[in-house]
Amino acid sequence: MAKTESTLKNMVLTLLVITVIAGASLGFVYKLTKEPIALAKLNKQQTAIKEVVPGFNNNPGEEVLELTSKEGFNIKVFPARKDGELIGVAIETMTNTGFGGDVKIMVGLKPDGTIINYQVLEHKETPGLGTKMDVWFKTDKGHQSVLGKHPEKNNLTVSKDGGEVDAITAATISSRAFLKAVRVAYDTYTENSGKIASAQNSQPTAEGGVQ
Amino acid sequence: MNQWKNFSKGFFKENAVFTLLLGMCPTLGVTSSAINGLGMGLATTFVLVMSNLVVALIKDFIPDKVRIPSFIVVIATFVTIVEMIMQAYLPSLFDALGLFIPLIVVNCVVLGRAEAFASKNSPVSSIIDGLGMGLGFAMALTILGSVRELLGSGKLFGNVIYPDQYGMLVFVLAPGAFIALGYLIAFINRVKEKA
Repeated sequence: MAKTESTLKNMVLTLLVITVIAGASLGFVYKLTKEPIALAKLNKQQTAIKEVVPGFNNNPGEEVLELTSKEGFNIKVFPARKDGELIGVAIETMTNTGFGGDVKIMVGLKPDGTIINYQVLEHKETPGLGTKMDVWFKTDKGHQSVLGKHPEKNNLTVSKDGGEVDAITAATISSRAFLKAVRVAYDTYTENSGKIASAQNSQPTAEGGVQ
Repeated sequence: MNQWKNFSKGFFKENAVFTLLLGMCPTLGVTSSAINGLGMGLATTFVLVMSNLVVALIKDFIPDKVRIPSFIVVIATFVTIVEMIMQAYLPSLFDALGLFIPLIVVNCVVLGRAEAFASKNSPVSSIIDGLGMGLGFAMALTILGSVRELLGSGKLFGNVIYPDQYGMLVFVLAPGAFIALGYLIAFINRVKEKA
């Protein structure tokens, strides 16, 4: 079969046909994968919430409060309840002071602010150094762990800054960013505890209305 | 053409990474662990096979002067499909490779094979060529990833081989990619010389 001539009409027509077919097939795959992608994201969020505040039996994803911290970060607060009682909040928090930019973590606080657990969601820290943050601050060794600590009663900064938390070896900046994110979460939580509590009060009636 | 030769050339004689030194960006960027290298290699293999097939099928309809834009559209389409499928069904791998998946579009291996092979050969040969080249690329990335993971963090495919405080951190970082790749290429050249 002879090759198509490189005339203007042929070129325009070929490119048009190719892009139309490409666009159509992409649209088809997008439609096909739209739901699984949303589900995977939701799943990830749910697993993170379950890990940082265990034991709830409501759907925190439905009661999410989207707040703005005083630094201007978008913070999501997921109230975790057991039989209508607030047992903790999972807070999706972040800072932009990491070594590689934004650090996004999910931290679970008891209603009084004590840290239950955390999970690192997103970061661009140095592999092998800053990336250790996903387990470092959970490890019960020296003064590494922040679990069970309270951001107000304990000085949650790295020991280099006069605090009582051991920074990750050779990753002080990442450690500072992590602790800062925890601090942002706590501040946002205390500032808006009224809002979160009122959401709690309105909740049983809303639930009652459904039932 | 001998199809077995066509398939096997991608592993050694014309290996994209070790011999042709093509596709260095994903090679150096994602191989901080063996599993990342393997995932990236297989994603690239899929794109290579599909784009080679399509390019071989449509090569006669495409006027010469617009062949590169046409090939790029075909490749970009398959890359986006891989990206969406991976995001939907392998979210954890997608998190690790995230940024590098769209970069498969500009991976010289893919466009190189479309231009140098698929646009001149039959669809069947092109699929075999894509498969061989892609798996060769995946093999190279997995080897490089294994070396870096083992030396850098004492693990292999996530299994602890020795405690990670003895690891040489530099191998996980970007400079280690260059060092490891350099030694691997030197080793392979030596083997080739003897063979």
